[in-house]
Amino acid sequence: MSRKSKIVGLFLTFLKIGAFTFGGGYAMIPLIQREICEKRKWIAEQDIMDIIAIAESTPGPIAINSATFVGYKVCGFWGSFVATAGIVLPSFIIISLISMVISQFEQLKPVKYAFIGIRAGVLALIIKAFLSMYKQCPKNTISYIVAALAFVLVAVFDLNVLLVIICSGAIGLISSLWIRRRVAK
Amino acid sequence: MILLILFLTFFKIGAFTFGGGYAMLPLIQAEVLKHNWLESEKIVNFIAVSESTPGPFAVNIATYVGMELGGLPGAFCATLGVVLPSFLIILIVARLFEKFKENSVVKGLMTGLKPAVVGLIATAVLSIGKTVFFNDGFSLSVFANAKFYLSLVTFGVMLVLALKKKHPILIVCLSAAIGIAGGYAFGL
Repeated sequence: MSRKSKIVGLFLTFLKIGAFTFGGGYAMIPLIQREICEKRKWIAEQDIMDIIAIAESTPGPIAINSATFVGYKVCGFWGSFVATAGIVLPSFIIISLISMVISQFEQLKPVKYAFIGIRAGVLALIIKAFLSMYKQCPKNTISYIVAALAFVLVAVFDLNVLLVIICSGAIGLISSLWIRRRVAK
Repeated sequence: MILLILFLTFFKIGAFTFGGGYAMLPLIQAEVLKHNWLESEKIVNFIAVSESTPGPFAVNIATYVGMELGGLPGAFCATLGVVLPSFLIILIVARLFEKFKENSVVKGLMTGLKPAVVGLIATAVLSIGKTVFFNDGFSLSVFANAKFYLSLVTFGVMLVLALKKKHPILIVCLSAAIGIAGGYAFGL
């Protein structure tokens, strides 16, 4: 396949993924596998799992990270550019349109009522997200301490979220290097 | 000026969120509330809109906040801001793919970041809970208000459904239906 048609193919594939995944990152993974590995055979199944693992451990939305990475693997810089543009574009267009009408809608009585219920539903969804993040998290003393500290410092002492993130990363790094040295001895 | 602030704020959010999706929420809440860009209720409303429309949450909320504050150019700057750190970092990482995979520094950072995200999401649960149940402040009169009980019942039912892994869109739609029915029934 020529380079040009690969780039067009990448753009259209990620445009489709962006337009049809609800719920972001993790919902995208099966779709990427089907489109990129099974249908187009651009990337091997094993590599996709590695790419997703890296997308999870680098900053930024998982969806964007994996699109950029897959694009780069398939077609270098321009591949990553069109893949990222493709995944962002549907969201951007749909939300721009919704934003234009949402404030007028929010004033309507039934919509106001609907959002009373919806906000309560969103709380349930966030609790579910919290539980699934908790499940993925390593269960040891350090990680319980970091989680508890992050919560207390932000919720009670109103500390800067960014600062808490940076310090947690540093604590993780120092503690894992320390454990490694002890094991080495 | 607002365009530049939008770009830089969302660049910061993009550069410091690990784990994607709702891991971003505490940082977005902090920034948006700090700048007084949106009320807390509007953020929660928008989470539901984002759940019911395609695409990553981060891009959706960046576009929405940008649009509210600076129209289409605002939406463009905010979205570009949230996407750019990912894009640049992955371009670098992709070149160093094999080295990055087994890197002990990255693994070390993640052992601290994963639990931090759990703690931070818990703060988001707390603040959204406050918005849902006590948006007008804490006082005993809240408990005499039908809206409080309507929210409580909806929350309870939806939590059960969410834990049973029902689709988020179904949860948003059912919550809306209960909200409308309850709103008219109690004449809120």
